[in-house]
Amino acid sequence: MTKLPSIGKPISRLEGHFKVTGSAKYAGEYDVPDLLYGYVVNSTITKGRIKIIDTAGAKALEGVIEVFTHENRPSTAWFDFQYADMDAPPGTVFKPLKDNEIKYNGQPIALVVATTFEMARYAATLIKTAYAEKEFETDLESNLEKAREPKKGLASMLKPPPAKPTGNFEEAYRNSFVQSSGEFKHGTEHHNPMEMFATTVVYEGKNKLKIYDKTQGTINSQMYVANVFGLKMKNVQVIAPYVGGAFGSGLRPQYQLFMAVMASFKLKRNVRVTLDRSQMFTFGHRPPTLQFTKFGADENGKVNAIYHEAIAETSQFEDYVENVVNWSNMLYPAENTLLEHKLVPLDVYSPLDMRAPGGSTGIHAIEITMDDLAYQLNIDPLELRLINYSEKDKSSDKEYSSKELRNCYLQGAEKFGWKNRNPEPRNMKRGNKLIGYGMATGIWDANRLLARVQAIMTSDGKVELKSAVTDIGTGTLTIMTQIASDELGIPLEDITFSYADSAMPFAPIQGGSFTTATVGPAVKASCKALKEKLFRKAKNLRSSVLSDAKFEDVVFSEGFIFLKENAEVKISIDEIFTFNEGKEIKTTNAAMPNPLVYGKKARAVHSAVFVEVEVDEELGIIEVKRAVTAVAAGKIINPKTAESQILGGMIWGISKTLHEETILDDQFGKYMNANLAEYHIPVHADIHELDVIFVEENDDFVNDLGVKGVGEIGIVGMPPAIANAIFHATGKRIHNLPIHFDQLL
Amino acid sequence: MKTEATHSTSLIVNEAAYNLELLPWVSLLDVLRDEIKLTGTKKGCDHGQCGACTIIVDGKRILSCLTLGVMKNGSEITTIEGIANGEKLHPLQQAFIEHDAFQCGYCTPGQICSAIGMLNEAKAKTREDVQELMSGNLCRCGASKGIINAIMEVKGDYHE
Amino acid sequence: MNNFSYTKVSTTDQAISQIDGDIRNKIVAGGTNLNDLLKYFITKADKLVDINPIAENNSIIRLETGGVRIGALHTNADMAYDPIIEERYPLLSKAILAGASAQIRNMATNGGNLMQRTRCYYFYDITTPCNKRDPGSGCAAITGYNRIHAILGQSENCIAVFPSDMCVALAALNAAVNIKGPEGERVLAFAEFHRLSGDTPHIDNNLKHGEIITSIDLPAKGFEKNYSYLKLRDRSSYSFALVSVATGLDIENGIIKEARIALGGVAHKPWRSTEAEDFLKAKEPTRINFSEAAAIILKDAKGYEHNSFKIELAKRAIVRNCLMALNPESQRPGAKPSL
Repeated sequence: MTKLPSIGKPISRLEGHFKVTGSAKYAGEYDVPDLLYGYVVNSTITKGRIKIIDTAGAKALEGVIEVFTHENRPSTAWFDFQYADMDAPPGTVFKPLKDNEIKYNGQPIALVVATTFEMARYAATLIKTAYAEKEFETDLESNLEKAREPKKGLASMLKPPPAKPTGNFEEAYRNSFVQSSGEFKHGTEHHNPMEMFATTVVYEGKNKLKIYDKTQGTINSQMYVANVFGLKMKNVQVIAPYVGGAFGSGLRPQYQLFMAVMASFKLKRNVRVTLDRSQMFTFGHRPPTLQFTKFGADENGKVNAIYHEAIAETSQFEDYVENVVNWSNMLYPAENTLLEHKLVPLDVYSPLDMRAPGGSTGIHAIEITMDDLAYQLNIDPLELRLINYSEKDKSSDKEYSSKELRNCYLQGAEKFGWKNRNPEPRNMKRGNKLIGYGMATGIWDANRLLARVQAIMTSDGKVELKSAVTDIGTGTLTIMTQIASDELGIPLEDITFSYADSAMPFAPIQGGSFTTATVGPAVKASCKALKEKLFRKAKNLRSSVLSDAKFEDVVFSEGFIFLKENAEVKISIDEIFTFNEGKEIKTTNAAMPNPLVYGKKARAVHSAVFVEVEVDEELGIIEVKRAVTAVAAGKIINPKTAESQILGGMIWGISKTLHEETILDDQFGKYMNANLAEYHIPVHADIHELDVIFVEENDDFVNDLGVKGVGEIGIVGMPPAIANAIFHATGKRIHNLPIHFDQLL
Repeated sequence: MKTEATHSTSLIVNEAAYNLELLPWVSLLDVLRDEIKLTGTKKGCDHGQCGACTIIVDGKRILSCLTLGVMKNGSEITTIEGIANGEKLHPLQQAFIEHDAFQCGYCTPGQICSAIGMLNEAKAKTREDVQELMSGNLCRCGASKGIINAIMEVKGDYHE
Repeated sequence: MNNFSYTKVSTTDQAISQIDGDIRNKIVAGGTNLNDLLKYFITKADKLVDINPIAENNSIIRLETGGVRIGALHTNADMAYDPIIEERYPLLSKAILAGASAQIRNMATNGGNLMQRTRCYYFYDITTPCNKRDPGSGCAAITGYNRIHAILGQSENCIAVFPSDMCVALAALNAAVNIKGPEGERVLAFAEFHRLSGDTPHIDNNLKHGEIITSIDLPAKGFEKNYSYLKLRDRSSYSFALVSVATGLDIENGIIKEARIALGGVAHKPWRSTEAEDFLKAKEPTRINFSEAAAIILKDAKGYEHNSFKIELAKRAIVRNCLMALNPESQRPGAKPSL
């Protein structure tokens, strides 16, 4: 049995056994009777309309049940808002099979439903489509004149527009002792979780569906299905206990959900639709973005002028926005700032949040510009950050609820051996390899939303907690169990955290590093309420020894309620249940930030990243030999799973900097490397020494657990730290991502 | 399209015999997942680009998505469901849990089967060798450090 | 994939008769490329002839010439780790181990390796023009994203490259390909096996349809003292070469008696230059001489918008790999650069 408290202990994932034995079931793996397989057909043009779509050849095949197109799909909801999901940007949500209009290359235009996967896939190739093509624009750089302000909407709550200009940037920059300016170009990226998007719909009769979906929000998918197909919420159950990676791609219902539900609904059959890997490139992505920075500093290194502009791609139908330019003034307290974020609508699908959306883009530009200032000033890059250290978020003029970034810098530098750095570029060598040290800062929001959790104690003293929240590999199941265990004084083994079912109490979509801070307090609140209920029952027992006690005076542990002062005075849980006639005791509670107080302080997680690269001087080949990330993210519930989150983020950082990029060929308006052979993510041979430090940070403001969230912070500082290390090694400043090694030749 | 004949195919999967009537166009991966209902073997790309479908066939690790069910008639197959000895986990499975060598878990069965294949091949001497010989298994969550650590730990006292 | 019939054969003659010269009948061995192409609907088949049971084509035997004959059905992994190959032809072993992944090498056969098709993005995307996949439709790569494409020997019809690593070593070793067909047996020198794209980019090699590769002969000379394989790519492993180099040097008393340099990832076939190899004869194995040879190999190279870097990269890779060949123990797993 695990000793309490369990918070802070490196508990192994509670679902580990299922994952290593292959018994964990993902959305496309549920064995349901008489299953039909759907295969999606995608548009081969980028813009225009379908003139003719001939499905006769496909339908004629034995085993093909139906082919759905815009011409014969069942009627669905009429209004745009009925298609909106929890992560929908301002605009008009894309509606699969709505009409004959083609808005982007790869748009789903038909669904073949057959008795086997092979037959559905083959039949899809027999569908003949004639298009009327229109001219399209898919290249960001040649359409910059279309850049405009983004529309605002609900999504702006978590992604506020950049702060208004302060001081006089132009003048301050002109008069700065040193100036650094840069232009940064990022390519398109796709999430590419290992599990391809899949939905299995079980038709339960009378417009009642049970849906196994790949999603980061069971209630988000439930809402979407209920609204779009006109079903009652209680008749749509969405279940997703195992999600094979998502990284943001599951924040919105993807089109396989629509397709599978449509087919099941119409055919009154059980249907599965699984996308293939190339189709994984036909919905959201990290948008290509151009950035421009101009930073000015005085002779002491104090940054006094900041300009940061981003121009990013969006679709023609939604204004996808992320926080690219909001970060610099949160970190560095310059008095004169000018921050702008614009969008260029193109004939592509809407971009979609992807691990540290905006942050991993903007921090790259900011921290390279800072590095350049440091070289110009002849100040150590770490020292420059310390010179510009701020206890306040200058952009909102609020104190941070907590900020241990200074200790991240110091502890990270110590562990890494930053002091061994020779400041001069191209001056550290190992054999004929150039060695470079680089560092950067990371920052990400510490947010919190509303969640509800139910706690149920049964007569055996065991507790089940219920929440609709998913666990996309983050460790949520384990962490929530730990929180409940400590709150109730019950060992982990006696607690079941039931989750990822839309029939359970509300949790928002799992993203933005806010899940632990959102659901954790709700777990704690419901456990506390359960204890209060037990305590009231204990007091009401005939001749209760606790009749005069107050809740504050008692402790719950090992099946008893004790008086803190005198452990001899106790009532067993058994006794309470006997009195309760064995009936379970339950409570459902919500937790959310206090709106009157929550906005009064700035809230963020921070990191300091140190990287060593080795560059083959003659061939340009780059290896990230070592990296240390020191993180201040409040209380760490489980150092094992939290470390994995940071390590994963660091590897994403390596990938973003050196490997991954979706290539759009503007001749066709389509992505050319829509597969895992040519969309490069790092392999084991690319990953060397990676270390994580969690810096102690106490924060009683963010929530009553003091937790902030670690899903995104691991990636944000890596790209600039690697790029800065490459500069230190080679003397070459590369501003574009990914960096191809041949750029160093 | 003319209907092609099915082929009687016998597979021994995790020591159980299966006699199947298979159409030639069904990949071994889909035979395992859809016919035999062993979904532990994962489909991450279906094109030999990710390693999630790695299984052990006649003692060797291979990609089940790149071969056909009919081509493996008579073969002995071990999938992730056959790695543990009853309730007792294989040392690698245990090491994966302890080293937190996965997050979402989707690449995990392929990583474990691949690692067992690699240890049987006995060609990896150093950590760098292990990294290279495990590079056919992608992990998008970034669990690389835990995966290689888990394998190195088991490799230390691995005797087949 | 479309559905097809399937048959297993146990002799080469049965295979030849099952194929019957019909282009819609395909041979399958490892299946690692063919099954993939079928799934993408790039290749369509009426019948798959499974040749795995042909025992006569699955062995390694020593030849009277002093060379070694390796069966076409031997897997890449079995060949790379075969003690004879490791000892006599370590260049071949290293090149094989630089390709694909361990799982794929356990499946893929030697004959299949020769037959694999290009990884050009446009070849793989059936919605775009490609003269190799759809003769006469055009080449989208020339004006498209051509980072991975050819710089040597290409035509305006096709700038695809041949993706094999093993074949780069086989080219350097002057291997020969033994073929059997309806008209009997024949032998093709390795250099004659693969073709340049020219006006017929849809034809990858000179194996006629209906013929089968039975084995590959390695000559006696294996360059086992001074050899190296170097592969440069966008990640450390499990990806195709942007540029790869196989080098074998025969050095006596500090003088090069014979040099072999073959390039991968730069042309429609493994690329060699007799002029450069002749240049190195009777010279000292120095950086300057290797640089000169590299310049000769690349003198007619032509790049495109996204792959011009390959010209300089190939030169430097040749020099480095020749230097690595002087010190073969320095080679790293995955054919990464060393020294």
